Amino acid sequence: MKLETPLLLGPVILMFLFGFAVPIISFLWTSIAEIGSLPEIAAAFGRTAGSRAAINAMITSNVIALVVTLCALLIAYPIAAYLCLAGRFRFTLVIFCIVVPYFTSMIVRTYSWMILLGRNGVVNNMLMSLGVTDQPLALLYNRFGVIVGMTYILLPYMVLTLFAAMKSVDPSFMRAALSLGAGRFYAFRRIYFPLTAHGVVSGSLIVFILAVGFFITPALMGGPQDTMTAMLIQRSVEIMFDWTSAAILSIQLLVVTLAIYFVYCWVTDSKKMMGA
Amino acid sequence: MAELRGNQISFQSVSKLYNKLAVVSDFTVDIPRGEFFSLLGPSGSGKTTTLMMLAGFTDVSSGSILVDGVDVSRREPGERGFGMVFQNYAIFPHLNVYENVAFPLRARKRPKQEVDAKVREALRAVQMEHLAERYARQLSGGQQQRVAIARAISFEPGVVLMDEPLGALDKNLRYAMQVEIKELQRRLGLTVIYVTHDQEEAMNMSDRIAIMANGEIAQMGPPLEVYEKPASRFVARFLGEANVLEGRAARLDCGSPAVEVAGRRLGVDTAEELPAPGMECAFFVRPERLKLSTGACLPGYRQVSGTIAKSAFLGNIKRYEVDWGGPSPLVIDCANSDDARHVHGEEVFVNWKSADAKILFR
Repeated sequence: MKLETPLLLGPVILMFLFGFAVPIISFLWTSIAEIGSLPEIAAAFGRTAGSRAAINAMITSNVIALVVTLCALLIAYPIAAYLCLAGRFRFTLVIFCIVVPYFTSMIVRTYSWMILLGRNGVVNNMLMSLGVTDQPLALLYNRFGVIVGMTYILLPYMVLTLFAAMKSVDPSFMRAALSLGAGRFYAFRRIYFPLTAHGVVSGSLIVFILAVGFFITPALMGGPQDTMTAMLIQRSVEIMFDWTSAAILSIQLLVVTLAIYFVYCWVTDSKKMMGA
Repeated sequence: MAELRGNQISFQSVSKLYNKLAVVSDFTVDIPRGEFFSLLGPSGSGKTTTLMMLAGFTDVSSGSILVDGVDVSRREPGERGFGMVFQNYAIFPHLNVYENVAFPLRARKRPKQEVDAKVREALRAVQMEHLAERYARQLSGGQQQRVAIARAISFEPGVVLMDEPLGALDKNLRYAMQVEIKELQRRLGLTVIYVTHDQEEAMNMSDRIAIMANGEIAQMGPPLEVYEKPASRFVARFLGEANVLEGRAARLDCGSPAVEVAGRRLGVDTAEELPAPGMECAFFVRPERLKLSTGACLPGYRQVSGTIAKSAFLGNIKRYEVDWGGPSPLVIDCANSDDARHVHGEEVFVNWKSADAKILFR
């Protein structure tokens, strides 16, 4: 008995169809069909997606996602490299610290950070008792708070993706580089980093795409100027009962995400990089 | 022959302990410049650890390693200036052949023109100039091997370390590469330290072989010497086929030394020191040093009589096993060019020159 390949894809295709494609298409379809004729739809799109609020939210979303991706990358790269070198016990310890929060509710983790960063939170108390500052710093309800919270929440994705990429680098490449006279930094720059670049690319892509549509953390930790597109969508539905605008904003978010995805793929074509 | 570019290396009682367990103990060797030196041994014998200590990837627990009289045992791998060829080649997959070979030169910040000239020269030495633009995955195993060698010599090191570099190649290619590596080493006057578990490879290329067992040198010497005069049962068996028969020291009637096995006294080299009779030892002779005869013994030879128990045709040789009343049969290899054929159950004499048989005490 041999299972045909398409048959093996069956469960995931069903899942995708009924868990994602059908609901989203029916939501978009019913919301947009309400508008009326095609020119009316186009006009509604222009009004909603072109509104100052939508454009600002889109810019904010992308800026926050970009900064969060860079922060996550800078923090995750050394952690992942450490995981590759660490012995069994330390590996388990670090991976535990990274994966357990991943299994914890995102809301719980966001509130935890709010406790830490609040006016009377641990961080401010510590800074004041150390004499670094005599007034509590505004760490919450602004861009800083959003970036800290989102970076923390998205970190596991980056660490695990980078770790997988690093684990696949044969340690003899670094040995070869070092034995052939390269200093540690030169060997890292010419050999290790390029060989893990595909992990950097896919980790960044995952984190960016997740970040650009983020909702809970910026809603709880951000200020008014940190309104992201996902928050606009939520307001349209929950507060204004405006399903049409929600649908249009959703399409806008999807299109921008896909566009970024394709640019990314095009820029980092791994085959072009490896010279085939 | 070109002037010797190679460096002189000396290991001075180098030891390596892992969790108080000696992996290499008291390793002392002087390797003159331009020597092809092999570390040969089964896995776990400490040969790779020894090479890794020389390369700088493993710290020495005690002792020191000198290159031209300078202690390098605390230096970083890259500061030791050795070329290195790895078991799996370790060709950088994201760099083409040219950039791989240029790597050690660029790491040393050599001027562009010099880099280009030396890369071309190294690629020419391994006949890979025409594939300079290729990537590792576009090359065959043998070609990757050549690139790895070119990369290890492009910056003109005096010493090249090789860690089982031919392990992944098929048999015919392996032999061709052995010849090439040896030729290159001689032409450039390099000191080569070569790790292998393949005794034919070691014998074909080396000026000197150190046979390692349990972290120590079991025997060291030129290939012919270690093959013909093994110092121990282990070395005898490790370097190719061997007849090793356990017995006790004895004398022949004429007074020359022998080993008594199963009541038969087997004469050995008269140049051997005369051991105390009755001492436990082993009789050693290579299968190709034994000759079969029927009807009569060969004059001037030592012999035992027996019957053919097994015969096998291996292409260039015919291998016979003869039951002679001992604990294990004698194995005899005859060249295929010898037209005599012996059949199962045939009565034969097994003959050997006493100079070809040795006593092994260890």
